[in-house]
Amino acid sequence: MRELLHDAVSGHDADYVDIRLEEAETTQLTYRGQRLEEVGRAASKGGSIRALVKGGWAFMSFNNLDHLREKAKAAVSQARMSSRERSDFAPVEPVVDTVTTDSPGKSPRSVPLGVKKALLDEYNGIILGTPGIMTSVVNYADGLRRVVFASSQGSYIEQGREDVTIRFVAVARDGGEVQQSGLSVGSRDDLSALEGLHHEVTETARRAVELLKAPPVKGGEYTVILDPVLAGVFAHEAFGHLSESDFIYEDKRLQEVMVLGRRFGGKHLSIVDDPTMPGLRGSYKYDDEGTPARKSYLIREGVLVGRLHSRETAARMGEAPTGNARALSYRHPPIVRMSNTYIEPGPSTFEELIGEVEEGVYARNWYGGTTSMEMFTFSAGDAFMVRRGKVAEPLRPVVLTGNLFATLGEIDAVGNDLDMNQGGGCGKLGQAPLPVSNGGPHIRIRRCLVGGK
Amino acid sequence: MGALMPFLHDVFSEAKRKADEAEVFSVWSEETPVRFEANRLKEVQGREGSLVALRLIKGGRIGFAVVSGLSEPGAVVDMALETVPFGSEAKFEFPSSRECPAVPVFDQGVVDTAAGEMAGMCEALIARVREHTPDVLCDATVSKAFARVHILNSRGGEVCYDKTVFTLGLDGVVVRGEDMLFVGDTETSCRPPGSASRVADVTMWQLEMSRNGARVSSGSMPVILTPRAVAACLAMPLAMGFNGRTVLEGASPLRGRLGERLFDTKLNLMDEATTPFRPESRPCDDEGVPSQSTVLVEDGVVAGFLYDLQTAGLAGARSTGSGSRSRGGMPGPGVSCLVFNEGEATFEQMVAEMGEGLVVEQLMGAEQGNLLGGDFSGNVLLGFKVEKGRVVGRVKDVMVSGNVYQALGSIVAMGRESRWVYGMVRSPHIWLKELSVAAKA
Repeated sequence: MRELLHDAVSGHDADYVDIRLEEAETTQLTYRGQRLEEVGRAASKGGSIRALVKGGWAFMSFNNLDHLREKAKAAVSQARMSSRERSDFAPVEPVVDTVTTDSPGKSPRSVPLGVKKALLDEYNGIILGTPGIMTSVVNYADGLRRVVFASSQGSYIEQGREDVTIRFVAVARDGGEVQQSGLSVGSRDDLSALEGLHHEVTETARRAVELLKAPPVKGGEYTVILDPVLAGVFAHEAFGHLSESDFIYEDKRLQEVMVLGRRFGGKHLSIVDDPTMPGLRGSYKYDDEGTPARKSYLIREGVLVGRLHSRETAARMGEAPTGNARALSYRHPPIVRMSNTYIEPGPSTFEELIGEVEEGVYARNWYGGTTSMEMFTFSAGDAFMVRRGKVAEPLRPVVLTGNLFATLGEIDAVGNDLDMNQGGGCGKLGQAPLPVSNGGPHIRIRRCLVGGK
Repeated sequence: MGALMPFLHDVFSEAKRKADEAEVFSVWSEETPVRFEANRLKEVQGREGSLVALRLIKGGRIGFAVVSGLSEPGAVVDMALETVPFGSEAKFEFPSSRECPAVPVFDQGVVDTAAGEMAGMCEALIARVREHTPDVLCDATVSKAFARVHILNSRGGEVCYDKTVFTLGLDGVVVRGEDMLFVGDTETSCRPPGSASRVADVTMWQLEMSRNGARVSSGSMPVILTPRAVAACLAMPLAMGFNGRTVLEGASPLRGRLGERLFDTKLNLMDEATTPFRPESRPCDDEGVPSQSTVLVEDGVVAGFLYDLQTAGLAGARSTGSGSRSRGGMPGPGVSCLVFNEGEATFEQMVAEMGEGLVVEQLMGAEQGNLLGGDFSGNVLLGFKVEKGRVVGRVKDVMVSGNVYQALGSIVAMGRESRWVYGMVRSPHIWLKELSVAAKA
């Protein structure tokens, strides 16, 4: 294999050529109410080739794995079409390595379909047995991906990765009123992380019913306390995406705004992206350009100190590559992505965070989030009013929004209870859902805009 | 494409031998996106792919597998057979139809457009926008795609059709200090746009409207949703609400409301899969059921829901030709294209008559609330304040929230001119009596 790929990518009239071949398998089960609606297996085999000529790129993907060298040649000639003065592509020491999927966990692949179904039966039964519940959706998916990467600079890397997720949605109904509550749990390769969730599932179902009676929040500015799950979504949406350098490397004005050394928050705020954390869904050893993964501080003690790079954005901005070029699959070129992104914990307890709040909103549990860079929104499936320092009545799901340049500075307290959420997936430029994890401790944000009645 | 035909026939015969009924769905596709970054040509892509999905019925139960990239036909059948013991009970028969309505969705002009020509279109588009606003930084994509869809089943049904899709889109950003203004539009059709593209016009209109800033305070107020905003905040919850499966499960607020007047009488809504040359149109759905138009709302009255074969079987209804597969997966009911009716008012008349309120062009994050219940809430990424019957400028740090079922219950006016947004929605401007607005103090 190594020789075959080496032959395909070497000796072209190009600044750089690489190839990825991928084999993937997934298994999926979906309950909708009482019915096991979908049980399906999928398998795919495909590859892609990238070529870089004087700053212009070509990317070609295919399912037919014949004639790889001819395909590379075609890519090189396509790349010439968009070539300009020169290529900027940061050097990375060529690597030859094999990363296996062996781990101490309970691999989903070692477990028969019937056992997975039995687990879903239990959880689905809990939801449907909850009074007030109309229906449920329980989706389980596991997958294995094996990728072989080779570059014209001599890298040859074999990497395998597994991924397993489960998502519950409990739907409650009263007349024309429909409310839902959801929970996502995932793991890199350990099915046991999905076992024993009976309490969480019970709570999810109970919450959906409770929401039928809950009032919507009154729209406006509030002091908001985020739980670790939402603090992670906040780190990802509100800041993480703007630290992805492909958004700024061609924009001189944005670079002035995002200049390293600029203060964004207080001394208590540090945000990190770290693909080297063992066993998380956003973890890997090499990115999809063959760059070794490394931990990057994005904000340290309130100051912008780093950003995430591909080899091209790093070279263009005169910074070091960080190993964040990731591709969803062989159908997509690698682009700058986050891995495991979190806010570092601080000194405060939850009681201290909430105790000082006269009126505010306590938001928990991820629903979704998105960003336009300057503006971001994210939503909480689970929200409560805070009154006189105590968690008070439940609210309908809330959507929060903010402005990157203002909101980080409004974080005035950081909790001590860091937790990483493994249930998320990230979408960018049509590549979704990419496995990532996010986390943080409880955090408090002043003057956060909340949509509502 | 060559090797796919024998492969799918091999899978089909093997499946028929080992199961009671079988259906093979296959797509071969080729896509060429040409991408501009920061006003300049950056990347040419070529994506070629094939998938074969096998659905079979054995002992009354459904089995399913999908493969991309050829493997052993026997292995595909075994994968599907492995799922049969757990599969749901089949409540339908595969359709024996070979006749479908003539819905043209292929244009040789798309196939024949060379990458260089495509790049030229983007260049011209960017040049026009920059002539209006020199400091806008544009990413743009122009893309052509060809797909051959082939469906074959053991009841004798067989359909094969070709489709082309041409997309031209622009995302511009203007950064001034810490203020970012995002503009742009995307057009998609089964034909090349020629000189008819309105992407530049829409983008320049957005830039024009954003020249000045305006303030808005929290409260309820009338809102005009532009066609793009209709797609952003109303399309998803409506697509879920009228989905026959959500209705069957009781997760849709519309369950049991067929024939009731839930919406304003000014509202008519269709699902339309037969309009010529629309990217979501098709002669038949992904199960081989002939396409049709389905009336969802008639003069405010709930008139119908969307079904695939299995859901129709469970609900005692008929398939509306709405069986949709995502990436070749198991079919489920899905919208092809939501079409809102046109009314009488021009946009200018609406603004003049509204007096004071908001125009929303782009809403970010609207799809992340309780969609089943019809709630939406999002940041107004691009929106304009109306005062004394005039658009006075762009608003920022503003959220708009509402519920689809309530909002469409009080429509002041439907616009007279509708447009296609993405592939999935055709709508005019819609003037809603009120939505809730939250703004930074």
